[in-house]
Amino acid sequence: MIVADKKPVEEIIDYLKDHKSVLVLGCNECVTVCEAGGKKEVQVLASALRMNAQNQGHEVKVDEVTLERQCDQEYVEEIRDIIDQYDAVVSLACGVGVQFTAEQYPSTMIYPGVNTCFMGATEKRGLWTERCQGCGQCILATTGSICPVARCAKRLFNGPCGGSTAGKCEINAEVDCAWQLIVDRMKALDKLDQYETLCPIKDWSTDRAGGPRKVVREDVQQ
Amino acid sequence: MSVKTASKLEKILSEGHYAVTSECGPPRGSKPEPIVEKAEMIKDHVDAINITDNQTSMTRLCSLAACIRLKLNGLEPVLQMVTRDRNRIALQSDILGAASFDINNILCLSGDHQSFGDNPKGQNVHDIDSMQLIQMVRLMRDEAKFLGGDDLDRPVKMFVGAAANPFADPFEIRVPRLAKKIAAGVEFIQTQCIYNLDKFEEWMKGVRERGLHEKCYILAGLTPMKSVGMAKYMQKRVPGMDVPDEVIKRLQGVEKGKQAAEGIKMCVESIERLKECEGVRGFHIMAIEWEEKVPEIVEAAGLYPRPSLN
Repeated sequence: MIVADKKPVEEIIDYLKDHKSVLVLGCNECVTVCEAGGKKEVQVLASALRMNAQNQGHEVKVDEVTLERQCDQEYVEEIRDIIDQYDAVVSLACGVGVQFTAEQYPSTMIYPGVNTCFMGATEKRGLWTERCQGCGQCILATTGSICPVARCAKRLFNGPCGGSTAGKCEINAEVDCAWQLIVDRMKALDKLDQYETLCPIKDWSTDRAGGPRKVVREDVQQ
Repeated sequence: MSVKTASKLEKILSEGHYAVTSECGPPRGSKPEPIVEKAEMIKDHVDAINITDNQTSMTRLCSLAACIRLKLNGLEPVLQMVTRDRNRIALQSDILGAASFDINNILCLSGDHQSFGDNPKGQNVHDIDSMQLIQMVRLMRDEAKFLGGDDLDRPVKMFVGAAANPFADPFEIRVPRLAKKIAAGVEFIQTQCIYNLDKFEEWMKGVRERGLHEKCYILAGLTPMKSVGMAKYMQKRVPGMDVPDEVIKRLQGVEKGKQAAEGIKMCVESIERLKECEGVRGFHIMAIEWEEKVPEIVEAAGLYPRPSLN
């Protein structure tokens, strides 16, 4: 899933300082799972905004809606009838949801309410870690199903570097060395002999480097 | 291993002499003098001088400019090049620039992570890694090709080196990793600073068992300790560094004013012991901001005078 983290409420208050009616718009997908932008977080943020307005002696209307998804047109359409009541929306969806909502409502200011961080997994409640950077050419078949692009601080294709110590990365003793994990796993799979196969130079044109990307599937288009 | 370039370092190694290299870090500013002064201190006692490339990710005068300056002064630089800061276009371009001044040695590295330096908020590039950089230089030399496939009008005649750290983890892949660098095309290795000689010798045993010492020249890396404080810092704070407690205890056993001399003595003793290690073909002496001590170490270790080439 896409993992996001809450923005400091002071930052959001600052965005909204000139607005009189605000819709806090949650998303029921990834940001709900990572507890940054679901119905619960919408309630908490809306309450904080109301309290701040009260303390400042301002009259501000703050409403709450949580959509099934903000990255799908049919769900973003659900606020079409009410959008004109607000002069700003704080979207607690990921950066995709913020932008997609903004594209549907060109005359309404849509602010981001979370920091979108990475594609990752829930290790336990309150701990989400990165697994994928969406480079567009998956090499997991050759690296023991552990991604050096997402998990090595130097994205080495032929690691580990000389800074790997006791299974940890040179940048921080709390970060696993991706290549230690790869070696351990290849050993468990009895494939350590593949370690010496040189990984060829990567084609980054399918990555961010190639410009904004799209997937076109004519077979499923209507 | 036949000689493929005009590198003095390669020639000395191919003739069977122990090679001696050292390194100079460029200044944190635009003054041209410091690199020349450092190089002048050591030039008669070493065969080639590495110029570091923004080591520990601290921004410095560039390795290429410093190498050019040494080359124009008649010295033999080793261009250190990290993949952290430049993509494949910039790397190839800088390699061509170096080759145009007949800089004959290159050391291919990935580089310390930028979080250690003065720009921890910066992006890192790592378009290719150090193994792939080795392959790329060999392509530009042996096949006179750009990575993109076009022909070079003049190939880069560089002796291709890389680092090896026998002390980093996981230890079991440290010999295979050297084999991988050799498969990529590396011709000489400068190792991480050696303080744990037992572990280094264990690694070299694995290297010899696979005959890797006959496929590339291995230069043992050494850094003299200036003080107990430095030894403790390197033990605790420098990733991939193996400083045994005995090293610290020995330095603690002498009074503060004599710790530097003890550090030099330990370095010389290490060289003497490593001369007995089959497959060690030379020494890379990294006296960090202490270049003036390199001649003393080289002389005390019986590595002076340096061989003259015809």
